[in-house]
Amino acid sequence: METLTSLYGQAVLLLAALVLFTSFVMLAQSRVTALVNLFALQGILLAATTALVAIVQNSPHLIISATLTLGLKGVLIPLLLHWLILRMGLHRTIDEVKRPLQLLLGAASLVVFSYYVTLPVVELSELETRNIIAASAATLLLGMLLMISHRQAISHVVGFMAMENALFFSAVVSTYGMPLVVELGVAFDVMVAAVIFGVFFFQIRESIDSLDVDRLSRLTEIEDNE
Amino acid sequence: MIRNLVATTIRQTRLKARQGLSFASGELKSHPQVLIALTAGLVLVSAYWGIEGKDAALPFSLLAVAFSLASGFLGLGADRHPRLLRHASFLLLGLSGIAGLLGGGTALIGRAAVDLSLPLGLPWLDWNLHIDALSGFFLCVISVVLLAVSVFGPHYVREYEHGTHPLSLLALATGLFIAGMQLVLLAADAFFFMIAWELMSVASYFLVAYTHEHAANRHAAFIYLLMAEIGALFIILAYGVLVGFGDGFTFAAMKQATLTPLWASVAFVLALIGFGMKAGIVPLHAWLPEAHPVAPSHISALMSGVMLKIAVYGFIRFTFDLLGDLLWQWGVVVLVLGAASAVLGVLYALMQHNLKRLLAYHSVENIGIIFMGLGLAILFYSDGHPTLGAIGLIAALCHTLNHAIFKSLLFLGAGVILQRSHESDIERMGGLIHRMPVTAVLFLIGCISISALPPFNGFVSEWLTYQAALQVSALDSGVLRSFVPVTAAMLALSGGLAAACFVKVFGVVFLGKPRSHHAQHTRRLESSAAIAGMGWLAGLCLLLGVLPTPLVRLLEGLTVQLTGSGLPETASRGWMWLAPVSADTASYAALGVMLAMGLAWMLSYEWLHPGHEHPEREAYPWDCGFGALTPRMEYTASAFAMPFRRIFADSFVVHEEIEKQSADADGLKVTGIRYRLHVSDLLWRWFYEPVERWLRWSVRHIGRLQTGNIRVYLGYSFFTLIFLLWVIS
Amino acid sequence: MAWLLNLLQVILFVATAPLLAGWIKKLKCWSQNRMAPSVLQPYRDLFKLIRKETVVAEGASWIFHMAPYIIFSVAVLAAAIVPLVAVQLPTARLADVIVLVGFFALARFFQALAGLDIGTAFGGMGSSREMTVASLAEPAMLMAVFTLAVSMSTTNLSAAIATLLHEPLTIRPSFVFAGLGLALVAVAETGCIPVDNPATHLELTMIHEAMILEYSGHHLALIEWAAQIRMMIYAVLLANIFMPWGLADNFGLAALGWGMIAILVKLVGITVVLVLAEAVLAKMRLFRAQHFLGFAYLLALLGMLTHVILEVG
Repeated sequence: METLTSLYGQAVLLLAALVLFTSFVMLAQSRVTALVNLFALQGILLAATTALVAIVQNSPHLIISATLTLGLKGVLIPLLLHWLILRMGLHRTIDEVKRPLQLLLGAASLVVFSYYVTLPVVELSELETRNIIAASAATLLLGMLLMISHRQAISHVVGFMAMENALFFSAVVSTYGMPLVVELGVAFDVMVAAVIFGVFFFQIRESIDSLDVDRLSRLTEIEDNE
Repeated sequence: MIRNLVATTIRQTRLKARQGLSFASGELKSHPQVLIALTAGLVLVSAYWGIEGKDAALPFSLLAVAFSLASGFLGLGADRHPRLLRHASFLLLGLSGIAGLLGGGTALIGRAAVDLSLPLGLPWLDWNLHIDALSGFFLCVISVVLLAVSVFGPHYVREYEHGTHPLSLLALATGLFIAGMQLVLLAADAFFFMIAWELMSVASYFLVAYTHEHAANRHAAFIYLLMAEIGALFIILAYGVLVGFGDGFTFAAMKQATLTPLWASVAFVLALIGFGMKAGIVPLHAWLPEAHPVAPSHISALMSGVMLKIAVYGFIRFTFDLLGDLLWQWGVVVLVLGAASAVLGVLYALMQHNLKRLLAYHSVENIGIIFMGLGLAILFYSDGHPTLGAIGLIAALCHTLNHAIFKSLLFLGAGVILQRSHESDIERMGGLIHRMPVTAVLFLIGCISISALPPFNGFVSEWLTYQAALQVSALDSGVLRSFVPVTAAMLALSGGLAAACFVKVFGVVFLGKPRSHHAQHTRRLESSAAIAGMGWLAGLCLLLGVLPTPLVRLLEGLTVQLTGSGLPETASRGWMWLAPVSADTASYAALGVMLAMGLAWMLSYEWLHPGHEHPEREAYPWDCGFGALTPRMEYTASAFAMPFRRIFADSFVVHEEIEKQSADADGLKVTGIRYRLHVSDLLWRWFYEPVERWLRWSVRHIGRLQTGNIRVYLGYSFFTLIFLLWVIS
Repeated sequence: MAWLLNLLQVILFVATAPLLAGWIKKLKCWSQNRMAPSVLQPYRDLFKLIRKETVVAEGASWIFHMAPYIIFSVAVLAAAIVPLVAVQLPTARLADVIVLVGFFALARFFQALAGLDIGTAFGGMGSSREMTVASLAEPAMLMAVFTLAVSMSTTNLSAAIATLLHEPLTIRPSFVFAGLGLALVAVAETGCIPVDNPATHLELTMIHEAMILEYSGHHLALIEWAAQIRMMIYAVLLANIFMPWGLADNFGLAALGWGMIAILVKLVGITVVLVLAEAVLAKMRLFRAQHFLGFAYLLALLGMLTHVILEVG
């Protein structure tokens, strides 16, 4: 199953690999600002991948998706998040990961796992981009892992958005994109989610004076007798 | 200056060789009958060989067993006549080694397959003996080390002549131990195999417990016996499965057994646990670092160098020969266990200060590397690539021999160091290279070999293992294709850590300044016999490192006999190039590398060494201007290993204590600091202690059966009777 | 003919290694707005060291005396199996890339032993740190090499590069990652910032320099030269594996000439990137080195995974 057919195909593979790679770097990143920048980079790479697929496969509606992705996830949401970070004075916050190396190696084994899981799907698919399905599934799992391993609420939002990226990614590579209506709807949802998160942050900070989600456990109503 | 140093070392080596030679020739001159007997023996042996051909393998091997037994029983008189042990007993061991080398070599080269059944044992089951290339190869492994030990031993055991321990026990247990190992290789039925296996285990228990006045030694011996017996139980069960499906106790009958994949896996897992426990793979290795250091050093060499290999033999025989159809899951399990053993073994070794304990942990590492080769072989065989599987198997077998050689060399070296310096803690050694230069050179060869550095033998077998791992693109499953390189990287990590560990060992033991009174006053005397024994092994390290191809070709014959296929067609079969797959895929010309290195060395030395117009000058080393460097300022072994302790902190249980004594109440003026560090095996906490707790718990509950009331006991018997009657009907 | 060319290539390799070091020094000075010494300065230094009196510390054993020669000859031997200008030279078949890693390990083994020989604290400190960094770098390096070996199905450097040379232009994501991983390993192994800083004047922060603190005269010259050769080997490896264009695959004069020009251009490019990276990075604490090398390993592992998942499928 050699898929290195054309130079374009290879470029798509390279871009897909880079999208996966940004997920890895995000996982080990401890600075919130840099995390948002990486998220923007991932959005841009994703847009580039989509555009390339669109050119190779000659499917113009993917161009629209790519533009949407670029505008929304590459520019708009990162800007919003940066603004939030500045407003809350979080730009110097360190969201340290306990054991970065173990985390990254675990993430690498997740890649193998998602390869194993998506194998039946890949075998059914006839598309030239079918090999990337495993990478997109891995990006999804890594987004989830990002949320588990980080403590700051901002990181959680980035992780959530990265998962959304991954879903879009897998749609592009496994079926050359969803119907345009669905994509527009999802994009709008994401935008709204970002705004709601922003509002939510202020609420959280008002009640616990921090955006460290570990402290949310203080809100428990069960009396700790010890 | 440099010339002087090198010349001194060379002169000393030469002197030793000449002394040995002149001693030997003097002995021969004064006892002409020895010469006559030697010639007669040689003529007889070659005549017999000429007549019998490869059928001579079994008689020679039996002769080897007979010599070992004779050595043991002759040694019974050693309490009254210590010379008996030194001269006769070890001489017989040496003869046993020669006979074993002849028998094993014949079987390996001629790919013999000879059967014999002795009308002994149970009435309906004879003792079946069988020798083929596989057992022949392992017989050679025993014999190579045995030869070194028989030369090394006589001088070494003098220490025990003045002790309180009975020499007869030492001699008897040694003889039985070796005979047991040789018989395991010759056994061709499960019953006889287990008898020989137990002979080996129990005899070695007495050797471990030989210096039993320390409680720690008794404890070590007890753990050893306990785990050996548990392992033996698993092996019996594994054979039981095969016997159940086949129709008899002989290996030939077991090979005919057809097993369902489930039962085959059950048998495989039982065998893996049983043989793995003896081989010391993680997490079943706990006995190994306890038992090996407390035995006398030449016995440690035999235990670490050879006995573990007998377990490897059992595993190979069981898996590749008796089970036949392999499953890929087994390969993954063996590969993972091997990789874990390789990395954890070397990590724990890095933390040790006791020289022999450190070496024992390295055995865990090397057994891990052997099992990695075996795991790769199982993967390839099960996936339908027998020629690639042969590479893995050959790599594992090659490493088996190489590890036997260099590990014995290191243990014998450790024996000399311990005996001369009276220290077992490497933190109290140092500067021994000036006291025993020849031992230092030989020990360095062992260190380089075990660290898998070219051009010595350890590198060759690791290189072969890498080559086997790199053939993954042939595998069907993508998951395995991405998983196998990760284990290969673990092998690389263990190689790097092993090099670090042996820099530590050699640097702290031999280099620098003496760290204790004992180390400073180590006797300069180096016995010729000890050096001859180690020199034989060190020479083999270099020989097998530089000319590995003949060995690989012999082993290819072995795999053909065992599994029916050898290396790929394209593999180079010349004498110089090692190319297991094809010359385009990978080639390594060890001899060429060695020669080129020598050439480059000579040229750089010739052109760039300082002439007479720029002589070297000795000066005091840089001390930062504080004056007088003392040994206490040297880097210690724990300091050397500290970065590793910190980086891999999750793999150990570290107890670190700092006590400060201060003169005043505020504790500001510190007068003394006491630092205590204890690093222990994580698996004790995670594996052995839970198992022990569970055992105690279950024993307590089972103990309730024992009420002490006679009527309850009668009731037990009654219900058992009824149950049995029901089963029969 | 091939053997003669081979010999010439090895001599060229060994002789130009100090030039590369001089060039890197020059770039470094420029990047820091300093006056740069001539690119020939390393030659002058080596010459000066060889002519100087050699001082040996008291109590040194033969290991201390022998180590420089062993290190140097192993470096020369390693240079013999790396294709510089042309592929398919005879000595390249002597040993493959795993043996190359073994050579580096052998040289390091003796260097670390020499550090411990005198019994001063600095030597031991350097040895311990060097072995730590090296043992962590080894899996990363081999993983990067495995990616190359598995995609080219050979571990022979010359054969792998020749295959790459003859195929049409292909973009391999796995090679991008493996190349980055190897570059990080090269940085760690050649004693560059952020892992080690050879220009420091504080013994406590040194790695490589602490180990060779007691060496002087021609011993030091040999060790320095060997270090320059090792630097050059890593640079050439990066250049010729990941950008093999221009290497001569026959022994014609034109091809060889192009090969020379190509390697020159590639080395200049690589050193510029290296120096820029050094200029913007700060030296890490010793116990951050594990993260650095772990990241290198991760990159190489990603290379392997992308090869298996994306390229083969």
